[in-house]
Amino acid sequence: MMAYETLATLKDVLVALLYLTSAIFFIVGIKRLAHPKHAPQGNFLGAMGMLIAFVTAFIDFGITVDVAGETLRFESGYWVVILLAVLLGAVVGVVSAIKVQMTSMPQMVAIFNGFGGLASLLVAGVYYQLSLIEGALETTALIATVFSGLIGAITFTGSFIAFSKLQGLKIIPDKPVTFKGDLAFKLMLLALLLALGVLYVLDPSLALYWGIVMGGFVLGLFLVIGIGGADMPVVIALLNAYSGLAAAATGFVLSNTVLIISGSLVGASGIILSAIMCKAMNRSLTNVLFGGFGGVASSLSDDDVYAGKVKSTSAEEVAMILKGAQRVVIVPGYGMAVARASSAVKQLSDALEADGIQVTFGIHPVAGRMPGHMNVLLAEESIAYEKLLDLDTINPQFSSTDLVLILGANDVVNPLARDPQSPIAGMPILNVDEAGTCVVIKRSLGSGFAGLPNPLFALDNTLMLFSDAKKAVEEMVRAYKEL
Amino acid sequence: MTIIYLITIFAMAVFLGVELITKVPATLHTPLMSGTNAISGITIVGAVGILLTGVPLSDFGWLGLMLGGLAVFLATINVVGGFVVTNRMLQKFKGRKSS
Repeated sequence: MMAYETLATLKDVLVALLYLTSAIFFIVGIKRLAHPKHAPQGNFLGAMGMLIAFVTAFIDFGITVDVAGETLRFESGYWVVILLAVLLGAVVGVVSAIKVQMTSMPQMVAIFNGFGGLASLLVAGVYYQLSLIEGALETTALIATVFSGLIGAITFTGSFIAFSKLQGLKIIPDKPVTFKGDLAFKLMLLALLLALGVLYVLDPSLALYWGIVMGGFVLGLFLVIGIGGADMPVVIALLNAYSGLAAAATGFVLSNTVLIISGSLVGASGIILSAIMCKAMNRSLTNVLFGGFGGVASSLSDDDVYAGKVKSTSAEEVAMILKGAQRVVIVPGYGMAVARASSAVKQLSDALEADGIQVTFGIHPVAGRMPGHMNVLLAEESIAYEKLLDLDTINPQFSSTDLVLILGANDVVNPLARDPQSPIAGMPILNVDEAGTCVVIKRSLGSGFAGLPNPLFALDNTLMLFSDAKKAVEEMVRAYKEL
Repeated sequence: MTIIYLITIFAMAVFLGVELITKVPATLHTPLMSGTNAISGITIVGAVGILLTGVPLSDFGWLGLMLGGLAVFLATINVVGGFVVTNRMLQKFKGRKSS
């Protein structure tokens, strides 16, 4: 019979190696996500890593080797609760993942982030509660508990508000909700919660932990209600980072390596994505989170820009221009998602390609409500990813393009960004005005999220098609085929 | 000592994450987000752990048990839903080279 000391060591080594294996699956999985062809395999590897970690948890927490008492036992604990919760969670997860429409993907990602954050703070809280019975936590674990509770809570309510705004629940308006002194309020609340955190580390109690969590809920709420629709890509990416960091913090509470590694991978991913989104708007993260547009008054009125210069067109006229074109670029924006126009866009692109016209798509990093939003909608329609070109690739091509079709995009094609005096100065835009003709499909001359008029609409080579995006494109397809 | 070792792992993983993520093209940013989102459900390991305790219900309390169960439930939605929805999206991106 093996000595119980050896058995205990063996168990620790086995658990550590299995967690490491799971972490390697995650890392290789994310690496495979870098190319559309290997990406499904990468996702599968990630899922396998999760399965390994899940099974390992039963060995890690379930098997106890009592060296002094020379016993080995499996503690099944509250396995009925685990079984029920996993089954229910799996059903809810699969059903919602299968049923969700691609246009609703941003809110889906938002709400999942929130669930992850809430789960992490619950784990930290209950683990702390158990430590009161089974043996006190070390100071470092207590500090981690505070972070887990705080970040988890901010992630949960923040994600819920983001979900509600994206879903159009009207609990709170889609526009940024701001009030006098809101920044001071948020900073004071954060300072208060950090002070409570210090207090908790010095003299821990359950009441204090849940108090910090409640405060975090309020903070998460106020952090996101102040952010408007078009800034959502940044917020969703940031909440994604938070959900990872909350898991990593929980890993520090439990001294669990796989939680720390996976959590920090996700944290890094979210932070990089937020940085990319911010760069695409030429704004700092602080400005997105606390500043918002609105603050800068525009000296340009709509009348100055548009009066007498806007030319409107019809679907039939656009169809005729398309017939004579050789290169067409379609620039989609959030309007395409709202109007559910992507399948009509696919029909149009098929019809054009059948005549040998080259069709590509110019996609701005912040088009839509989350990173990569437009790409998902177009991929849903089986448009090959090679045709979805990013800002740097498409911009040099506009000068040799006959016609650009702008579908529900506004700020990302606003030439005012080149004017150093304008509020969006320096924001990288798609240089659509270099093309032969620009057709802008839009319901009205209303301004975009930045609240600015768009001089593009008044240019000589711009034609406005005032209509719903889906209806306009469908009419265009019909008119084109009849020519 | 353990804490130093854990912080080292954390720091290395953050740098590794940055290296990995910067290689993902903009086209795949949404699946990347939902895929990493599913990975953040790793907290399920901790959630299962707290429920595998031998602490009797009289000490654990119904509330503790419920919160633990809720954690497992939410983390499972996060994991399962996240991977399934990511797979759904990625299938659309794959192999439609010449349509």
